[in-house]
Amino acid sequence: MAFEGLADRLQNTIQRIKGKGKVTEQDVKEMTREVRLALLEADVNFKVVKQFINKIKERAVGQEIMESLTPGQQVIKVVKEELTNLMGGEQSKIAVADRPPTVIMMVGLQGAGKTTTTGKLANLLRKKQNRNPLLVAADIYRPAAINQLQTLGKQLNMPVFSLGTEVSPVEIANQAIEQAKAEHHDYVIIDTAGRLHVDSDLMEELTQIKENVKPDEIFLVVDAMTGQDAVNVAESFNEQLDITGVVLTKLDGDTRGGAALSIKAVTDTPIKFAGMGEKLTDLEAFHPERMASRILGM
Amino acid sequence: ARYRKVDEDFFEDLEEILISADVGVTTVMDLIDELKMEVKRRNIKDSNDVKEVISEKLVDIYYGEDDETIEDLNIHHDGLNIVLFVGVNGVGKTTTIGKLAHRLKNEGKKVVLAAGDTFRAGAIEQLEVWGERVGVEVIKHSEGSDPAAVIFDGIQAAKSRGADVLLCDTAGRLQNKVNLMNELSKVKRVIEREVPGAPHEVLLVLDATTGQNAMSQAKTFSESTNVTGIVLSKLDGTAKGGIVLAIRNELDIPVKFVGLGEKVDDLQQFDPNAFVYGLFADMLEE
Ligand SMILES: Nc1nc2c(ncn2[C@@H]2O[C@H](COP(=O)(O)OP(=O)(O)OP(=O)(O)O)[C@@H](O)[C@H]2O)c(=O)[nH]1
Ligand SMILES: Nc1nc2c(ncn2[C@@H]2O[C@H](COP(=O)(O)OP(=O)(O)OP(=O)(O)O)[C@@H](O)[C@H]2O)c(=O)[nH]1
Ligand SMILES: [K+]
Ligand SMILES: [Mg+2]
Ligand SMILES: [Mg+2]
Repeated sequence: MAFEGLADRLQNTIQRIKGKGKVTEQDVKEMTREVRLALLEADVNFKVVKQFINKIKERAVGQEIMESLTPGQQVIKVVKEELTNLMGGEQSKIAVADRPPTVIMMVGLQGAGKTTTTGKLANLLRKKQNRNPLLVAADIYRPAAINQLQTLGKQLNMPVFSLGTEVSPVEIANQAIEQAKAEHHDYVIIDTAGRLHVDSDLMEELTQIKENVKPDEIFLVVDAMTGQDAVNVAESFNEQLDITGVVLTKLDGDTRGGAALSIKAVTDTPIKFAGMGEKLTDLEAFHPERMASRILGM
Repeated sequence: ARYRKVDEDFFEDLEEILISADVGVTTVMDLIDELKMEVKRRNIKDSNDVKEVISEKLVDIYYGEDDETIEDLNIHHDGLNIVLFVGVNGVGKTTTIGKLAHRLKNEGKKVVLAAGDTFRAGAIEQLEVWGERVGVEVIKHSEGSDPAAVIFDGIQAAKSRGADVLLCDTAGRLQNKVNLMNELSKVKRVIEREVPGAPHEVLLVLDATTGQNAMSQAKTFSESTNVTGIVLSKLDGTAKGGIVLAIRNELDIPVKFVGLGEKVDDLQQFDPNAFVYGLFADMLEE
């Protein structure tokens, strides 16, 4: 592993405190320093780390830790609790529209995993809820993007709506909804092209699609390996589109995934699903507590 | 420009801006310590004068012990040159191959592409679109076939056509998947066996938005394929890709190109000085 666990990191401080029988503010300072390093090495955004450390300090100088017999362990417990709180509870529900079809839009940076997750979500909806989704190929830019979604559709034995690359994504989305109604699909999942949050033309395109199809969910798909930039991306997509949920992909890797915390902190939007592999069955509910342990390396 | 006083506040801001560029917290803290000493020693007072020193120190970190300039691509060899592309999922391998093919073709080289990603849906078609766009031949098998066999055929085709360069695409894979990393080593062995001295480059594509995990990627891919260079993609966004400093320093792997968009021309040779300046320029230009 590239990083040491937080518990290991805190060992020295803990050893010192053990012998003392009393914890001073200086001790707390040293401990929070180690926590700060662990979080930064896990790619939690530095601003988010700052706020978080302040919160920990407040609790740590309180009686809870000062008077505990095992202050070191107590600190770790407090840190983990706060981290888990910050990430929110488990929320893997998908909206259901009053009148079908329920429309889901997948958005995010290039290569994050939107197209793959579109297939995975469709599979999940059918398997777990017996739904009948229509997949929509609204990425007209990336070479062979439509082909990619069609291949996934074939693997799933599910229809893919496409109008080629000459029709605008807004028009594709509109016509897809009509077709879904006509063919009684209860879900529509729109795969959009990857784009930078600072690309105003392409972001405007998403706004247009949103205004036209009035999606019930807008999922921001984010690569779990993302570093400090995660806050810029998430904040910007959320401001422009008001996303309803986040899917964190590639969590089957060995990244600490601190981006999860950053995204949750800046968007206050639940992380709903975790991508755990390349196969269409590799999508799981997101577990905040496991993520907290992972970020801390425990 | 307005100059700032070089005081504690200045260093704190610098620390934050470098951390937010993904340079990595330990690297940044070491750098700040050194800078503080240097500033004291040279009696530097304002931010305009410290600019140079920051750049110098960052470039020092980048080069580490070894400051040979090896930003150029090692493909000047007569006969067939082979470049193998590796990296985790979705970083930009296939796109970079398209861009590099365009660049090499413009330099007058005959280029062939091998569609070694037989796994991901639509991967072969994606490379074919790039082949058409750039006007180079793509050697492929059907989806699901053995990547080593595709690369083998790619080599035979490139040889028989008298090509100068063969660019080999591979499927994205996370570095902790041992069987997939072994598959990559096998692809590399085929290349070594078929053309002495090849592969001339093994390019690891890193996504600039990636954080500290990029170090683990660089280590593990190097172990399995002996990476010779990095392509830092997606630098056209707001991410800075600062982790390549530590990678170059610790593993001696130079960055060769940067990706600045999705079009054929959006590939540039890496310039360490411009790159390190970009890491903290925002702070001075505000
Ligand atoms: N290991 C792993 N790979 C994933 C996961 N999700 C997606 N991928 C891979 O990541 C790469 C990019 O996925 P895509 O679905 O094409 O990403 P995208 O966001 O649609 O990309 P663009 O359309 O180019 O913006 C592919 O190689 C996928 O197989 C995951 O959870 N784990
Ligand atoms: N903005 C930007 N996008 C890029 C750049 N390079 C690649 N992309 C985009 O990133 C996405 C993924 O690129 P690919 O070339 O498919 O990545 P890959 O590494 O081959 O992906 P897999 O084969 O699935 O592992 C595509 O949407 C590309 O257009 C770049 O330099 N800038
Ligand atoms: K929101
Ligand atoms: Mg896609
Ligand atoms: Mg590819």
